[in-house]
Amino acid sequence: MSASKEKYTEVQYLEVDQYQPKTRTGRITNYVDTRVGGTGMVREFGRKVFPDHWTFMFGEVALYSFIITVLSGAFLTFWFDPSMSTTRYSGSYAPLQGLEMSMAYATALELSFDVRGGLFMRQLHHWAALLFVLAMSVHMLRVFFTGAFRKPRELNWVVGSALLILGLGAGFTGYSLPDEVLSGNGLRIIDGMLKAIPVVGTYISFFLFGGEFPGNEVIPRLYTLHIFIIPALILILIAVHLFMVVTHKHTQYPGPGRTERNVVGYPIGPVYAAKAGGFFFIVLGILCLIAGTFQINALWNYGPYDPSPVQAGAQPDWYIGPFEGVLRLMPGYLGPIPLEFNIPTPWGGNSVATPVLIPMIPVALIFLGMFIWPWIEAWITGDKKEHHLLDRPRNAPTRTAFGAAVMTNYLIMWGMGSNDLIATHFGLSLNDITYWSRVLFFLGPVIAYILTKRICLALQRKDREVALHGHEAGVIEVSPEGGFSEKHKLPSEYEFWTLVSYEAPEPSGPKTNAKGKVTRTEKLRARLNRMWFEDRVEPVTREEYLEALEHHGHDDHSEGLEAAQSRGAIEQH
Amino acid sequence: MKALSQKRRHPFAFVALLLLGLLLTGGLYAAATTVNQAQASNVPDGYSADQVEEGERLFVANCATCHGMNAEGTDAGPSLVGVGAASVEFQVGTGRMPMQMQGPQAQQKPPQFNNEQTTQLAAYVASLGAGPAVPDDEWLDVDQGDPARGGELFRINCAMCHNAAGAGGALTEGKYAPSLHGVEAVHIYTAMTTGPQNMPVFNDANIPPEDKRDIIAFLKTYEQQGSPGGFSLGFLGPVSEGLLIWTLGLALLIGSMVWLTSRSS
Repeated sequence: MSASKEKYTEVQYLEVDQYQPKTRTGRITNYVDTRVGGTGMVREFGRKVFPDHWTFMFGEVALYSFIITVLSGAFLTFWFDPSMSTTRYSGSYAPLQGLEMSMAYATALELSFDVRGGLFMRQLHHWAALLFVLAMSVHMLRVFFTGAFRKPRELNWVVGSALLILGLGAGFTGYSLPDEVLSGNGLRIIDGMLKAIPVVGTYISFFLFGGEFPGNEVIPRLYTLHIFIIPALILILIAVHLFMVVTHKHTQYPGPGRTERNVVGYPIGPVYAAKAGGFFFIVLGILCLIAGTFQINALWNYGPYDPSPVQAGAQPDWYIGPFEGVLRLMPGYLGPIPLEFNIPTPWGGNSVATPVLIPMIPVALIFLGMFIWPWIEAWITGDKKEHHLLDRPRNAPTRTAFGAAVMTNYLIMWGMGSNDLIATHFGLSLNDITYWSRVLFFLGPVIAYILTKRICLALQRKDREVALHGHEAGVIEVSPEGGFSEKHKLPSEYEFWTLVSYEAPEPSGPKTNAKGKVTRTEKLRARLNRMWFEDRVEPVTREEYLEALEHHGHDDHSEGLEAAQSRGAIEQH
Repeated sequence: MKALSQKRRHPFAFVALLLLGLLLTGGLYAAATTVNQAQASNVPDGYSADQVEEGERLFVANCATCHGMNAEGTDAGPSLVGVGAASVEFQVGTGRMPMQMQGPQAQQKPPQFNNEQTTQLAAYVASLGAGPAVPDDEWLDVDQGDPARGGELFRINCAMCHNAAGAGGALTEGKYAPSLHGVEAVHIYTAMTTGPQNMPVFNDANIPPEDKRDIIAFLKTYEQQGSPGGFSLGFLGPVSEGLLIWTLGLALLIGSMVWLTSRSS
């Protein structure tokens, strides 16, 4: 690195100019390098160090599955015609023969049945899309539960959140394109939600659909969003995301030699690049395997779109499931009182469809909360330090518990999205599932919070125990006096680092501001701060460790003595 | 009329009147008895009196507990007068009746009666009153049906409960629309004409027999074609797809990640 900053003399520059490589490869590389300056880039990026841990690879999976959707999607665009003009189907799928349908549906069928490899590519595209959002979500959960979003990475967390939303948008617009009954049902729900917005809802819906639903504009519009605007935005944000990763350097789990000021791992070139490049093909291989063996979105079943039927088992792709589920969760009546009411207005009255509007509140809160969480947490904890060492989830019990509570809420909404299939497959009553889910929607997060927090604290205590006294070896010894004791095996140095390197500060009381006053917000902050930190298990201190070590040393010593004595005792008998 | 009034005192008038009276009453009686006889041995078309009699015996032994000795219905089961032979063909032929236990709806199980016995029961129930009959083979011949038209009819009339691929779906309070995969043509047909459990009746005015045949043809074509894209995952749509990527997909990925980041020590 330092070499690149040295100043060269005129003579040295001339030497570089006259440098003649001996091999052909050398000549080509030199030619490119003298014109593009690749050396600098390779030197800079090739030496970036990435820590190795399997949980760090979900982001990579998201990137790779995105690339796979782009490649397979490009293939699909060669045949797919996103037009709502009607045609009579004359392809090779017999049960739809002669039916009137849109060009979009007809060409999607053509891709499935008459284009060589088309069905495989369609399935690959769809499975890759499911994996894309899955990988982003799991990546995000990993970042959340290990605290990787903390200073200085807050903005990158926001970029990631935006990528997740864009991923949902890309998925939903793609799901809607084939113009069969299933995707039409999805669009009808969107239409209904738009129209539920008081006063302006109808106008927004008419604006989107180019008139009354379904109209004949919406598929081409979604197509533009799906293949151009959203992927372009995703690409830009991926670039920003990766650039920020390079700027911040990667986080790492606590371990020997790992500090807040270094990164321990492999450099990109050559080991990590080879691994990452190979991993792309592993992801591609897994997706091809799934796409080749499991049918996805059998759009020939659903038939050409017709606004009248809604079919049993009509569900969105998994990532839209919670949105669907929260609508299914919401009652339309509270006892005898309808939740939809009309506000009389001079122009005849406006309907307020609260059963559609209220469910959007928890979903909006979860997503809004996701975006601003880094600042909420920093505000509560008062932590202004940079963090490059990750938290093990147990070592941040309150955050982990809060995350688990939100996840429980999400999972209940998600499960409700498939309440009909849960009912048929587990022999349950649809109504009972819905009633219980309504209770659990409120109660579940509380239970999850309490349980998770207690489990985290218990694990921390266990860690402390292991750090000070070692693992139980499962060997019981009897002393000559008849006392029983269990042998303990001290943790290895690697493990010890993991067990003790974390922080558990005490709650900090309210602070006065510049005017010497304690504001009401500050009081709230102090209360949340107490909630955050009051249950704590202190990490092992140096003194404690040394004391324990001395104790163990004594033990080992006496153990040796005892062993010698017992041997002697056996010999005597 | 004058002639009649003049002759009413004729010596033979009494005899003539007596004769007329006898003839009338006798004739009426004869007519009445034949009508009665006809009712007692009301053998429905296509069945024999033996079958009705045998059916009644089976009915009394197996069904009367819930449906009543004369199929008039009890608190535990509905009246079967007028449900027709088609109902018996469906309910008994698919093993739903006799019911194993009371529940949200009768569960399908291996049929308890063979074809002969089912026909006898059908004959008896049909003899109780007019109702939908078991369809002629003509209407069950899928080769004559149009699967594309049947598919359209299926999606408009059936898919909201039975799922677009006929995989079945949930109804309220533990009831459900069963899967249609592997259901015999005659049972699909009789289900439509009789509306068993929570299913609505699709009579011939609603869906003519030709259309019913088209629907059956669609379902059979669908069954034969299997799933062109690989394993069907139960034809359940996005939920089972999501489940697969979150289980198998994620497991394969995590496996490869752990392998890639493990040290070769």
